[in-house]
Amino acid sequence: MAAGNRDLHGRIQSAFRHPFLRKAVKSATNTLRDRKNVVTHDLGHWEDWRNLGMQIRNHVIENLDTYLQQFAKNMLQQGAQVHWAVTAEEALSIFQTIIDKHSAKLVLKSKSMVSEELHVNHVLEDRGIHAVESDLGEYIIQLAGETPSHIIVPAIHKTRQEVADLFEKDSGQKQQPDTASLTRYARQKLRQMFLDAPIGVSGCNFAVADPGAVALFTNEGNGRLVTSVPPVHVVFMGLERIVPTFRELDVMAKLLPRSATGQKITSYMSVIRGPKGLGEQDGAQEMHIIIVDNGRTRILANPKYQEVLRCIRCGSCLNVCPVYRQVGGHTYGWVYSGPIGAVLTPLLQNDLKNWGETAYLTTLCGACTEACPTKIPLHEMLIQLRLERTVSGATSSLERTAFRLWSETWGNPTLYKLSMKGGYIGQKPFMKEGHLEGGPTPLSAWTNSRYFPPIAKETFRDRWRKGEI
Amino acid sequence: MKVSLMITCLCDSFFPEVGESFVRVLRRAGAEVSFSPDQVCCGQPAFNAGYHDEARRVARTFLKAFQEAEYVVSPSGSCAEMVRENFLRLFNRYPAELEQAKALSKKTYEFTEFLVKVAGVRSIGGRFDRKITYHPSCHMTRLMGVKDEPIQLLQSIEGLTLLELPRAYDCCGFGGTFSVKMPDISEAIVTEKAENVLQSGADMLVGADMGCLMNIKGRLEKMGHAMPVMHMAQVFDQAQGGL
Ligand code: SF4
Repeated sequence: MAAGNRDLHGRIQSAFRHPFLRKAVKSATNTLRDRKNVVTHDLGHWEDWRNLGMQIRNHVIENLDTYLQQFAKNMLQQGAQVHWAVTAEEALSIFQTIIDKHSAKLVLKSKSMVSEELHVNHVLEDRGIHAVESDLGEYIIQLAGETPSHIIVPAIHKTRQEVADLFEKDSGQKQQPDTASLTRYARQKLRQMFLDAPIGVSGCNFAVADPGAVALFTNEGNGRLVTSVPPVHVVFMGLERIVPTFRELDVMAKLLPRSATGQKITSYMSVIRGPKGLGEQDGAQEMHIIIVDNGRTRILANPKYQEVLRCIRCGSCLNVCPVYRQVGGHTYGWVYSGPIGAVLTPLLQNDLKNWGETAYLTTLCGACTEACPTKIPLHEMLIQLRLERTVSGATSSLERTAFRLWSETWGNPTLYKLSMKGGYIGQKPFMKEGHLEGGPTPLSAWTNSRYFPPIAKETFRDRWRKGEI
Repeated sequence: MKVSLMITCLCDSFFPEVGESFVRVLRRAGAEVSFSPDQVCCGQPAFNAGYHDEARRVARTFLKAFQEAEYVVSPSGSCAEMVRENFLRLFNRYPAELEQAKALSKKTYEFTEFLVKVAGVRSIGGRFDRKITYHPSCHMTRLMGVKDEPIQLLQSIEGLTLLELPRAYDCCGFGGTFSVKMPDISEAIVTEKAENVLQSGADMLVGADMGCLMNIKGRLEKMGHAMPVMHMAQVFDQAQGGL
């Protein structure tokens, strides 16, 4: 599962080498968060809706086993086949069996973050099976050979011109860089594939336990085609993605599109209750649901992070995150990005040492927590991850020594005062016109881009002691 | 109303003049002000960086210094929030200190919050003829919920024009150790903030937390803009006649 790039600083540098990417991300996230503010304000009582969202998701997570069984039982009764996959490998092998059974060489997909997590496309490609993304954004990043840089808007980092260039390379023909022409190109390319593909793959925004149903929120209509035109429909579902009934789905339908894209409702909402029944016109002849754990029950068992399973993958925390907005999604190294990615990546990878550095991609401003429709305390979890890294010895010995010295000095009022006096003298070589410049690290990390104020000749406590205040 | 000052490391060592204004405004609001010289840092840098044993060590000294206080008031929302909320997490498994932390949590306030909620100040009074813009700090607004108090108090000053800061609630990119651990990202964020400050049309930036202010001011200066930057306490103090 580890595929991805573990070199955090390399990833940051790469983001800064692409000013267009940074501009595109900033402007798109501004649009998304502004639209969200308008529609949530229009709905009214947004805080109440968030509380409701949190309660529903908490309730589901506390009773996950019951709801999963109920969902599976109902879907089976309605003619679908339900598969349980503990690991990524298991999920992929179940999928392979379905592919083999139908001797499929082409698989058409609509957007699914779980399938990104499993790297389905790469695995299939290696086995000579062509998997094609039909969501426009996913289609673009697939052509570019990249992972999504946003949960909702996977190609958020690409300008129209870059997309046109990709399509030109794909088609060998000149392409106009306007949205209408680009969409037309993708549509023409994909249309025939919808008809040819024996297997369609979708994700699952929500699984309704009673009566069993899979709900998809989409904007391009591709979701509907993928789930109903090919004879076989395979759903990749994260095992926490449940709601009890349609009543709770209705609450999610209020929260998700508003938080994600600032829409009151997505253009399409598909509710699929099983394969085509006798006498029915639409639907796949065969429906498979692969319920994927891949580390989720491990998170469930850990009270420190359990709440992260409330996530409905709306991407709202990305759009408000000052760090994400500067560096985009690929900086997070794997498939999930922004604050939720910074938390989920080390947890799902189960590797704090190599992946835990994502926990430093935050100023701890709390904007993510404030934006989250299910009130996940993301910024607190990021501190918790940092703590666990420290405790497990994953941080550098230099940093550990620095904090130990700091606490020994600053934990004692006399030494604290002395250290400030020392600082006052020590800063002199770097003083220039009332501020500090240059200096050793970490001071230089600051002074490279900002002036640093000098320690005052007479501190507040000195002045107080002298009775001057 | 007895106020024990939580002066914060920054105001103690780097910005004592902010501390002095802070004291004068509190006194004018009717507070009897004291200063415990045993106070040290609240431990926030280590807490946020994930070094909780180290943070606890410093926080213990801090706890002792404020045991007798009636009210503890800080010119930084971030430090006040550390004491009010994070001390409870830090001492969660240390029953004796947890009791002290709980007691301290209840009596700790951010400066403007204290003025409005405890001292009952409705108007600062006086005059301050400047066009200012205000940066609301993240921990104070989001984590403590102190949003309206500073604005209400600023607006009560005659002659003061409060201009809108574009995307005011966006973080300034300081983030404690973040600023030196991820310097490129921090620079990019603070540059955006500095540009928004310039775009506001104000001739002065005002805030309620020296951490954020020293970050934005430092960037503005490096970019070649010598815009005056003041802590809220200094604005109130000057409006009321200063020294
Ligand atoms: S953590 Fe919250 S805000 Fe972020 S994607 Fe998940 S639900 Fe949305």
